Amino acid sequence: MKKFSGSALLLDRSDINTDEIIPAKYLTENSKLALKPYILEDLKLDGFDPQRDPQKAEVIVTRANFGCGSSREHAVWVFEVNDINVVIAESFARIFRQNMFNCGMLAIELSAADIDSLFEMGPDLHIAVNLDKETVLAESATSQRTFAFTLNSFDKELVAAGGWLAYADKKY
Amino acid sequence: MGKTIAEKIFAAHRRDNPSGAHTVLDLDVVMCHEITTPIAINDLVERGLDKVFDPSKLKVVIDHVTPSKDSKTATQAKILRDWARRHKINDFFDVGSNGVCHALFPEKGFVRPGYTIIMGDSHTCTHGAFGAFAAGVGTTDLEVGILKGVCSFRLPETMKINIVGELPAGVYAKDVILYIIKELTVNGATDKVMEFVGPVVDAMSMESRMTLCNMAIEAGGTCGVCMPDQVTAEYLWPFIKDDYDSLAAAVADFATWHSDADARYCAELTFDVSNLVPQVTYGYKPDEVKDVGELDGTPVDQVYIGSCTNGRIEDLRQAAEVLKGCKLAPGVRGILAPATPLVYATAMTEGIIQIFLEAGFCVTNPTCGACLGMSNGVLAEGEVCASTTNRNFNGRMGKGGMVHLMSPRSAAAVAVRGVICDHRTL
Repeated sequence: MKKFSGSALLLDRSDINTDEIIPAKYLTENSKLALKPYILEDLKLDGFDPQRDPQKAEVIVTRANFGCGSSREHAVWVFEVNDINVVIAESFARIFRQNMFNCGMLAIELSAADIDSLFEMGPDLHIAVNLDKETVLAESATSQRTFAFTLNSFDKELVAAGGWLAYADKKY
Repeated sequence: MGKTIAEKIFAAHRRDNPSGAHTVLDLDVVMCHEITTPIAINDLVERGLDKVFDPSKLKVVIDHVTPSKDSKTATQAKILRDWARRHKINDFFDVGSNGVCHALFPEKGFVRPGYTIIMGDSHTCTHGAFGAFAAGVGTTDLEVGILKGVCSFRLPETMKINIVGELPAGVYAKDVILYIIKELTVNGATDKVMEFVGPVVDAMSMESRMTLCNMAIEAGGTCGVCMPDQVTAEYLWPFIKDDYDSLAAAVADFATWHSDADARYCAELTFDVSNLVPQVTYGYKPDEVKDVGELDGTPVDQVYIGSCTNGRIEDLRQAAEVLKGCKLAPGVRGILAPATPLVYATAMTEGIIQIFLEAGFCVTNPTCGACLGMSNGVLAEGEVCASTTNRNFNGRMGKGGMVHLMSPRSAAAVAVRGVICDHRTL
């Protein structure tokens, strides 16, 4: 299994789309690694620098409908090759969410109130996901909180199998 | 309790129920293009799994950047081309016979009511216009689809969208779907099937229904779907005439897929479009939609007519009615990308291409091109485009560009005036 902990990058906006995560002009790359420098390149947020801010992040915390738009799995791979294996959001677009689990990565949904709390604790936030207990442990310099989430058994099996291809190849 | 069309299709295709929440479906068609498939192919090859579940169920096209514009896109095309040849995939469309996937594949008769269809492309929801369950997926889902012929979905709830009233002259399916997205928001139908019903939908051509279903994803919908009827059967007749004794028999068979009267919906919404006016987007989200009058006078640099949303013959006809005998406004660039070779050829025969050329448009080959900022009309920083495509995301048609989505007729009027305007005032 992949690593599901680390320092968080807080993206304070809903409806961040896959074109913002990885612009279409990079879809001509035929390797995942080649996408690495272009993470979140077209995301415009106050104070956010796509060159600087994703560097040390291993978890993303954001608002509602994350990953909407295109079906491009490149939006998941660009996180994967930047060692970001967890996105925590109020909600996800369907295809992006499925792509995360299909790659053995985590798309965790928390309530709007819990997401608010995470933003209040930020910006220097460390996140650790406990998949067995279904909890997110968030730590800042001054506080520590635990949030509960739920994952269905199939999503967990995909993560354990390392993704949908490995799972499906064995089963079907 | 009755079933919705999506529930009927799920029941007829269920392979597995791995968690209760998810259903693994057998697939009737797996569609592939050169942007999302080559990485799937490379990965399958690396894993020693270079197989396809059924070559007759794979439909393959090079459409996003074609003919290839550089070495990278040439490599993508080559990977797809070689793979199609290697696996004897007969339905492969290359330069000369290719077109925008969601316009080309219906035209070739690859879609049927009740089908399950996936593609590594979010606008796959277009094919729901034929009463199919058609969903965009990522590359991993595509790989499994290619290899095993299955895909997993959460059983989506269905939202019934009843479109009533009478569509006013000059107002089209594009205006209707933009208005619905504005009302639902970009997140309003996430994980849901959007079932489009009602007299306005019944009266729509297949082209219009495809426009409607095409943008279901812009409200977050898994799939858009229309009830397959006489219009569907007539469109498909050249491909199904050996399967049925008569058109009426096909219509009756198609009706078995219709949602039952007592089916359960998560929401039932009614939109009366009798007073709808042409709609235009502003901002960077497809739910940021206004009546055209509110954007009146906004200058544009480019007009783009094409794409899987509005690059079909009906769309070109609507635009040509406005453009006939007119010229592009000074300083405005016009680009027409007919969605398929058949659309192109039909437009030639009908004199539509001539109208566009005389107006000063550049007519490109069928391709996705500028819709996603990959070729044939990418915007520069600060430029504004009136476009018949489906996404106005920041950077979508070129970094720093602004896109206003609208109907083909509205776009044609902008081309002539040079500013956003109500085409009905021309």
